[in-house]
Amino acid sequence: MYTQAMDIAPKEERKVVRSLQEAELERRFDEKIDAGDFIEAKDWMPEHYRKTLVRQISQHAHSEIVGMLPEGNWVTRAPTLKRKTILLAKIQDEAGHGLYLYSAAETLGTSRDEMLAALHSGKAKYSSIFNYPTLTWADVGVIGWLVDGAAIMNQVPLTRCSYAPYARAMVRVCREESFHQRQGFDALNVMMREGTPEQRAMVQDATNRWWWPSLMMFGPPDGESVHGAQSARWGIKRISNDDLRQKFIDATAEQAKVLGVTLPDPELKWNETRGHYDFGPIDWSEFWRVVGGDGPCNKERLGARVKAWDDGAWVREAALAHARKQATRQQAA
Amino acid sequence: MSQAPASPSPQALEAAAREWPLWEVFVRPKAGLDHKHCGSLHAADAAMAVQLAREVYTRRQEGSSIWVVPSSQITASDPGDKDMYFDPMEDKVYRHPTFYQLPEAVDHM
Repeated sequence: MYTQAMDIAPKEERKVVRSLQEAELERRFDEKIDAGDFIEAKDWMPEHYRKTLVRQISQHAHSEIVGMLPEGNWVTRAPTLKRKTILLAKIQDEAGHGLYLYSAAETLGTSRDEMLAALHSGKAKYSSIFNYPTLTWADVGVIGWLVDGAAIMNQVPLTRCSYAPYARAMVRVCREESFHQRQGFDALNVMMREGTPEQRAMVQDATNRWWWPSLMMFGPPDGESVHGAQSARWGIKRISNDDLRQKFIDATAEQAKVLGVTLPDPELKWNETRGHYDFGPIDWSEFWRVVGGDGPCNKERLGARVKAWDDGAWVREAALAHARKQATRQQAA
Repeated sequence: MSQAPASPSPQALEAAAREWPLWEVFVRPKAGLDHKHCGSLHAADAAMAVQLAREVYTRRQEGSSIWVVPSSQITASDPGDKDMYFDPMEDKVYRHPTFYQLPEAVDHM
């Protein structure tokens, strides 16, 4: 999910006047980037690079955390114990991914609380995809297949991101994410092979509803992304939105055939000359509406996060008070 | 290695006073191997840090042992001194076995 943060933030003005020393540091920084070297937390970096990364990594982390909510909706209603344990493991992974990423962002000099405050106030965004509801059990499978599938496409290039703590976190995330996509496809496949006509219709319906929002996860078309060029220059985002989207469509169109569902795009068609699938226009007004806060579940999702944070305040304080008391006792003894 | 912020903002410093402290996590993948740094996390105390490290970093049996260290306790070399600090070893090729050309009969030595 999750490079949307780079696309949807307003363009910031960069400082034009810099000291001679800063210019020299930036020249050396650029050289390192060009040589394909990694940047570590304590290396010198341009302020704008730092800011871009804090925004990108923290919003990626928020996406993982908020991403637990649509699936959490189905934990108590999973059809079998097997599916329930799988779903729980997947949701726990998302929490873990959020934590790896928050830690990576903290190396840039921001605090965990600062990032969470930005999320809770609505200043920081998370992936637009999680503002859609999970209406049936098939949605859980489709999230694994399409949403996590799109996330993997997006995240694999991030394992080569120039900022090393982010790249390392992404290696870990990608290693675990493959299970998410496979379990989703498997859940759908069972319904398509062994299910009733109603269950098969449910899978088709969920596919219809999630297809276009999944394509929007890759962010606006390359021409409209205000940060694309700079992020590419700095080795933060190495493959463009449109290229990743095309790759996802090409892979998914074939998977849909195996599954036996129709993707809801009458213009979806293999183009021999291009060697890719052609596809119909994406409704970007919907994307901007959802990003802007007017999706089906924006209020509910943010409300759930704020409530969890507020309700947990006494636990955080009590644990800290307990730790301090223990430390004092130990010193006295 | 330390995950400690490079240059904390005033807001970050203020928040840090309220936050659970940051810990660095080291995991031994299996008996016989070294503990290896794998990330960091926030926890109120050491016991909680070990518990949370298990949940965050070893959900797939990635470890058989965990160390946690307060991030503030790690002293690191200065990346700015990297060249000055590590380059002196660059021209000491004689520290490597391949530097020595021996007769073929004993070259497996």
